[in-house]
Amino acid sequence: MPPPTPTDSLLADAAICRPQSRTDLFVSFTMLALQGFGGVLAIVQREVVEKKRWLTREEFLEDWAVAQIMPGPNVVNLSMMIGGRHFGLPGALAALAGMLAAPLVIVLLLAILYGNVADTPLAQGALRGMGAVASGLITATGIKLIAALDNNPMGRALCIAIAAMTFVAIALLRWPLVWVLLGIGGVACIWTYRVLGLKERLAQGAVP
Amino acid sequence: MNMLPTLSNWVELFNHFASLSLLAIGGAITTAPDMHRYLVTEQGWLSETQFTSSIALSQAAPGPNVLFVALMGWNVGLNAGGGPQVGGVAWMLALLGMLIALVAIMLPSSVVTYTATRWAHANRQLRSVRAFKAGMAPIVIALLIATGWLLMAAHDQVAHDWRLWLLTAVTTLLVWRTRIHLLWLIGAGAVLGAMGWV
Repeated sequence: MPPPTPTDSLLADAAICRPQSRTDLFVSFTMLALQGFGGVLAIVQREVVEKKRWLTREEFLEDWAVAQIMPGPNVVNLSMMIGGRHFGLPGALAALAGMLAAPLVIVLLLAILYGNVADTPLAQGALRGMGAVASGLITATGIKLIAALDNNPMGRALCIAIAAMTFVAIALLRWPLVWVLLGIGGVACIWTYRVLGLKERLAQGAVP
Repeated sequence: MNMLPTLSNWVELFNHFASLSLLAIGGAITTAPDMHRYLVTEQGWLSETQFTSSIALSQAAPGPNVLFVALMGWNVGLNAGGGPQVGGVAWMLALLGMLIALVAIMLPSSVVTYTATRWAHANRQLRSVRAFKAGMAPIVIALLIATGWLLMAAHDQVAHDWRLWLLTAVTTLLVWRTRIHLLWLIGAGAVLGAMGWV
């Protein structure tokens, strides 16, 4: 299939390409994974939507939301959804293998290299510095997402309170994750369900 | 764990990671505090340094961050075999540990995701789907911040670790406020650390 001209891509917002084969899926997602350091969301959007044109922008947003609410790494979930849509279970597995295989080999080589020099002060210092940066990256990712709470049906204040309780339970009290998710998470989901129902009834009542 | 682990140790590890897999909403990194509680505090299968270095190395490498779980499994196996200096047996156990950890963290979540995504895609307007997504949002955020906190909290000698805390704070600010490429930050952290400044 010839690549579309820029005009076409602006007019037609339909995904006009699809992965050619399971090998195509494997190779494409391997290339994608190898470009992703730390955060991969920007790279996924560029590759899958703009370069490969396997998804439109709208489809990408919808699929990304679903990939996020599913357990497991978001990008891996998204790759499985795309692979599965076109080639069923084998497609999902090809995409999954593409995301994990080559990066796994690289990270193991890094770990072995590091293991050989782990006793030197230079390597220990470097990893100590990288660890401090890594914890900053993760914290900042969390802080960036706080903005998304503005549109939450529970309201910003309640969301912050729930987040604070979760932080105390996990980081300070060190409670097991499963009880925190079932307890605080369960209450939050039920509460949101009720708020959404109330809003639907209000919306229906307001429009005669 | 300086003697060879029993089969039940491996089964226990697999079960723990497999149950965390289903709780990993927002990515595997949100389960890191629980892995720390289990592997470092309760079982003593990993040292504090190995835990932090697994996460730091996987952040520095390309690919999804879930690979930090593979490194933790690798280190558990290596420790179980008596460390890399022992040779053959330790490397085999490291590979085994890596496979067990990675399969355990990936399998349950992948099965659930594969089967549930079509349903969720078709029913994305449903109240229960939206309630689940919105209700979990603040918790996912808190888990990310708790992970960052936990990685720092291991360094608690104020007189000596305050520069490390400062580096984390500056990184947080830069990632939050700028579009600077993450590799530069990781590289800068490595250089600062190697020079002995943090």
